[in-house]
Amino acid sequence: MLLLEKRPVDSTLMRWASPVLALVLTVITGFVLFLAMGKDPVDGLKFFFITPISDLIGLAELGLKMAPLLLCAAGLTVCYRAKLWNIGAEGHFLIGALGASVMAVQLVDNSGFWVLPVVLLAGVLGAMVWAAIAAGLKTHLHCNEILTTIMLNYIALNLLLYVVHGPLKDPYGFGFPQSVMFSDSALLPALIPGTRLHLGLAFGLLAAVALWVLFARSFIGFQLNVVGQDHRAAAFAGFGARRLTWFAFLIAGATAGLAGASEVTGPIGQLVPQVSPGYGYTAIIVVFLGRMHAVGIVAASALLALTFIGGEMLQIAMNMPKAVTGLFQGLLLFYLLTCDAFIHYRVRLKPSAHQSTKAAVTAAHGEA
Amino acid sequence: MELLTNILAATVVAGTPLLLVALGELICERSGVLNLGQEGMMLMGAVAGFAAALSSGSLVVGLAAAILAGIGMSLLFAFMAVTLAANQYAAGLALTIFGTGLSAFLGAGFVGQSIDGFTRVAIPLLSDIPVVGRVFFDQDPLVYLSLLIFACVAVFLRKTRGGLLLRAVGESPEAANANGLKVLVVRYLAVAFGGGMAGLAGAYLSLAYTPLWTENMTAGRGWIALALVVFATWRPERVLLGAYLFGAASILHLVLQGLGWKSSTELLAMLPYLVTILMLVLLSWNPARTRLNTPLSLGQPYRPGR
Repeated sequence: MLLLEKRPVDSTLMRWASPVLALVLTVITGFVLFLAMGKDPVDGLKFFFITPISDLIGLAELGLKMAPLLLCAAGLTVCYRAKLWNIGAEGHFLIGALGASVMAVQLVDNSGFWVLPVVLLAGVLGAMVWAAIAAGLKTHLHCNEILTTIMLNYIALNLLLYVVHGPLKDPYGFGFPQSVMFSDSALLPALIPGTRLHLGLAFGLLAAVALWVLFARSFIGFQLNVVGQDHRAAAFAGFGARRLTWFAFLIAGATAGLAGASEVTGPIGQLVPQVSPGYGYTAIIVVFLGRMHAVGIVAASALLALTFIGGEMLQIAMNMPKAVTGLFQGLLLFYLLTCDAFIHYRVRLKPSAHQSTKAAVTAAHGEA
Repeated sequence: MELLTNILAATVVAGTPLLLVALGELICERSGVLNLGQEGMMLMGAVAGFAAALSSGSLVVGLAAAILAGIGMSLLFAFMAVTLAANQYAAGLALTIFGTGLSAFLGAGFVGQSIDGFTRVAIPLLSDIPVVGRVFFDQDPLVYLSLLIFACVAVFLRKTRGGLLLRAVGESPEAANANGLKVLVVRYLAVAFGGGMAGLAGAYLSLAYTPLWTENMTAGRGWIALALVVFATWRPERVLLGAYLFGAASILHLVLQGLGWKSSTELLAMLPYLVTILMLVLLSWNPARTRLNTPLSLGQPYRPGR
């Protein structure tokens, strides 16, 4: 019989091997799935993983999807390290997009270098206020942050839909729920000319560097880690849990808000109802897959960005439902958590009660 | 009077999926397991129920498929959270993300199709009582089923040996284990019950409430149900009350529009979520009281022996 046995020390090897194993298992499952659907599995996997990034345009698209994931994940990492289960990146993202759009529409007749920073700042501040609601509810009214942030996500979505159908709707937009196009001064410059890749990816990479500095070099990062690992120890050391909660939520709000602001001022150029295909939720997977580490989340955000464009590719090339993206992401997280169990536990063959009795009897005979 | 009766009847209908999923989660949490995957299990129940009912032509087959789908999903969760002792928050989130993706994938071919869902069946005599008759005894069969399950859950928790064992496991798995109880088996059963109920709640949406399938049709009801269990301080009677209260909040925008209130649909659609936050605030501001009511081992994985 197989028995799960606690390891004396957590396995470092397994900690980093687990995401790779999870990916392998997901790919195998995908292979079987394609077979079951009567599609060529090799073609399917190629269309999903390789074709989308086989040229410069494709790589630029990957970077485009990576930017919001990386920004959201960086902020969530700060929360999750302190065991603050903020599920609200999606809401922060939407409010960031909304705030930036409101400002960009206000400034649509202005030009100058100052317009873009002001627009981005509006998004970031809006999202920080949004995150502060959840932080305040947690620190002062003791509300569970998982439930409040989820509810705030739904409220943010409806708020965005209201604004895009109402106050910000383009009167000359043929009735479509969308804002006017922003002025050129409010748009992010392209990173690679001729592609849609914009400065947002640079923001994401900077956020990853800042995240590394925060946890490797700063006292507040240390405090966040301690709070996450042992709440009581942190209290004895005098680390203010409330202050740290506020810090983590505000950072998460700021990064996800910047992601939202970069999305409307980058590839879209106006406010539309479908700003996010669920970046804020996917970022949760990025954090777990990236082992809550700066380098890890960069790699993980690239992989999950690929699931978005891979899904679109499968839809075009093999006429599969676009939902294959969500399915892939869910499978990946599932396998990851399963593999993660073996960081703390190992499998051992345990002789069944019957066998062990027999063994004992044989041993006794041998001695006699 | 007519209007009020209709509003109350609609409240019960809107509260029923919440009641179903929250009763399941209540049992699950009473065993010490917090399953955040309600939304994912509900979606799987909704899509499985709709697909099975559409292809077999039988609503009962649809219900059975939905319950099985919910149980299947919950067993995946139980394997991670109970057997492998994984972080319950992460495992539940994974279940929701996975269920959302899988249901959208499986349901892609069913978008735009419709079936004849459950219709109202009036109970003779009882449905003739003014107001109450229409509100509780002239509804679809699933509303009656939900009330029956509610009664069973309430009696089970309070009056039976099984309920006592369940609560013992939730309060102190170590003590329960020392008394010879199989903690993991109890937790598996509780999680599976929660899954079946979430599947049923999903089927209520896709077979009775709006007899069709759309992606993400649960619209956060699984999450609201989780808040509902906190709101109800883990007591079935309060779950019933809370479910109808939240049901009222979720149809309030229809009522207001019916009364000629001019406001944006999107703003009014925020109401159930705002009410949820408000309820959480009212119920959580005193942490000592929350601690008093929460099952003591809630969210803690348990490994027997060694």
